[in-house]
Amino acid sequence: MSQKRILLCAGTGCISSGALKARDALIEELNKRNMANDFLIVGSGCHGFCEQGPIFIVYPEETFYCGVQPEDAAELVEEHLVNGRIVDRLLFKDPISGVRVRNHREIGFYAKQMRKVLGNCGVIDPENIDEYISAKGYEGLKKALLMEKTAIIEEVKSSGLRGRGGAGFSTGMKWDFTYKAKGEKKYIVCNADEGDPGAFMDRSVLEGDPHAVIEGMLIAAYAINADEGYVYVRAEYPLAISRLRIAIKQALEYGFLGENILGSGFSFDLKIKEGAGAFVCGEETALLASIEGERGMPRPRPPFPANSGLWGKPTCLNNVETLANVPLILREGAQAYAAIGTERSKGTKVFALTGKINNTGLAEVPMGMTMREIIFDIGGGVKDNREFKAVQIGGPSGGCLPAEQLDLPVDYDSLAVAGAIMGSGGLVVMDEKTCMVDLARFFLTFTQNESCGKCIPCREGTKRMLEILERITEGKGEEDDLDTLQDLAIAIKDSSLCGLGQTAPNPVLSTLRYFMDEYKEHILEGKCRAGSCTNLITYYVFADNCIGCGVCKKVCPVDAISGERKVLHEIDTALCIKCGACIEKCKFDAIKTR
Amino acid sequence: MKEVLRCYAEDPFDYKPVEEVLVKFQGVKGALIPILQAVQEAYGYLPRQALEYVSVKQKVPFSRVFGVATFYAQFHLEPRGRYIIRVCQGTACHVRGGAKIMQALKDELNLEVGGTSEDLKFTLESVACIGACGLAPVIMINNDTYGRLTTEKIAEIVRAY
Repeated sequence: MSQKRILLCAGTGCISSGALKARDALIEELNKRNMANDFLIVGSGCHGFCEQGPIFIVYPEETFYCGVQPEDAAELVEEHLVNGRIVDRLLFKDPISGVRVRNHREIGFYAKQMRKVLGNCGVIDPENIDEYISAKGYEGLKKALLMEKTAIIEEVKSSGLRGRGGAGFSTGMKWDFTYKAKGEKKYIVCNADEGDPGAFMDRSVLEGDPHAVIEGMLIAAYAINADEGYVYVRAEYPLAISRLRIAIKQALEYGFLGENILGSGFSFDLKIKEGAGAFVCGEETALLASIEGERGMPRPRPPFPANSGLWGKPTCLNNVETLANVPLILREGAQAYAAIGTERSKGTKVFALTGKINNTGLAEVPMGMTMREIIFDIGGGVKDNREFKAVQIGGPSGGCLPAEQLDLPVDYDSLAVAGAIMGSGGLVVMDEKTCMVDLARFFLTFTQNESCGKCIPCREGTKRMLEILERITEGKGEEDDLDTLQDLAIAIKDSSLCGLGQTAPNPVLSTLRYFMDEYKEHILEGKCRAGSCTNLITYYVFADNCIGCGVCKKVCPVDAISGERKVLHEIDTALCIKCGACIEKCKFDAIKTR
Repeated sequence: MKEVLRCYAEDPFDYKPVEEVLVKFQGVKGALIPILQAVQEAYGYLPRQALEYVSVKQKVPFSRVFGVATFYAQFHLEPRGRYIIRVCQGTACHVRGGAKIMQALKDELNLEVGGTSEDLKFTLESVACIGACGLAPVIMINNDTYGRLTTEKIAEIVRAY
């Protein structure tokens, strides 16, 4: 085939950066020159490098273009596709060396990654099952269908795979419980209710490689004797849902789903359930209640879903990323899989790098890599050359780790000891401008909002904690507040019904542990060193930097800034509402807070 | 029950959309949430009459229907704007100034969070996280995502609608 392949990232990130418009412009340009038949333009899943979108890769030389806009189409066609000359200005520029990089493998962001689960994301067309199959897709299933069910479960157990959704429970054990549970009818459920703010790996896997998740579910279903399954996915992920629908339809046509799969006698029916927007539904019993059409409220365990789950039947729940690991384990063998990672955390983990970091995006690394390598080598370090302050890992259930913990190997057990959790793998990087007390308040606001209200410790306790944190950030904190916070946190952890409540105090506990000084400063000195708690700061003009350009004066919504042109300006603190508009506009860094 | 249904016959409310939804979901297990999703799709929100109709026809107590309808963030009991603006309040957006974006939208639209403009054009909402953290701060207007926002871009984006 003489057709050249051009791949464009068609994930949510790149689409909102204008990938489809750029694609249309490219097609139009090719049509103009009667070259449309020489090129195959393929939309792929997420490349993970959302910061640089829209991303185009031209094969066979694999030239990696980023930030491609519709107006670049003509030049791209003329220079690269016609004349074979690389368009330098659209190549990725290394933020540290300033060098333009041609092939994405040479970019630091990709060089240190080990893309297994994301192996197909950004490479194949997720809407075409043939591309999945030619990438060894459904081979794991074929292998599994020839194995004893107990042997499959043993294989997954010995791979060491642990749940990627949060708690890190052994996947093989979970399957084993469900397999051994009494009952004719059993279910498998894929938890795609990715609710942690700051995590989007499940969305990307569903968008970029939906068949891997379906194959994982099929293998699980076959092993535990389930003939029906659900994918419970957030309604906020429209693209993931539509790709999944297409994938299910194609898998049915090819005989991977439905009756008598590949002649094995095994039948499996897969349905999609759209979540209706409730964070608590990520908790397994709440999720099941939601599928049953009830309010998504958790119930006490035991009985565990493995024995009594959906409509009282034995049910196995696994997370998206967990299931996407399964075909890999079957295909390559448990031993090869377990060779990656640490003693008790095997395989790879996908992290979502966000916040004040240069390379935002998704990165997949072997378990046990240090936080420093992930943030600085892959993530490219802190934005605007600011000082690294903390990294928040594991979402609202996780914790904040300070710079001293940067050399911590990232695996389930080390993180737990340090006071955080793996969670779903969201990493939010913070610099000196982020106030840790305010961050704790932010997370408590979230869990408070999302608390389902069933058990008192979570419903009332998080509210009391939030009130205290609000007081502290407003400068009205009292000395015993810190003890009360600690006591409440421990009581809520001990007595809440489900994972949401039991982990809700973690952001507070970990910030108290590592950033006690900041809490004390807020309470005793009425000071916020990050300059973000508005009640505790005043704005002033830094005389050395002010050139009197008047931009701040113009943008101030309450006319609190005065001063003649080219003369030092002044802020009337009595009028100032601390909106920050002037800081944002000033090009000379002349407005500061204290 | 017959009496209740007779009442409906005299009600000027248009029951046709909800009737059609219920026909589609006949005999489906655990269908309350998909039913409410479809009813909301049809009416744009969940009118009280439609909820009552679902309750009677599905033989589910109204308290349960109401409970589910008010539990999930997706459901709305009041009419909403043609364009739903969802402002992401996720961690990544928070750290990159999501609160300022929200304030700018409130000012531009003269609305509070959860509010709908009088001409039923815009509804302003907050959303926990839309998973486009790489582009933080982010908003969604219906199904379109806008990322890497600054407060200055807000007016331009909103006015294009």
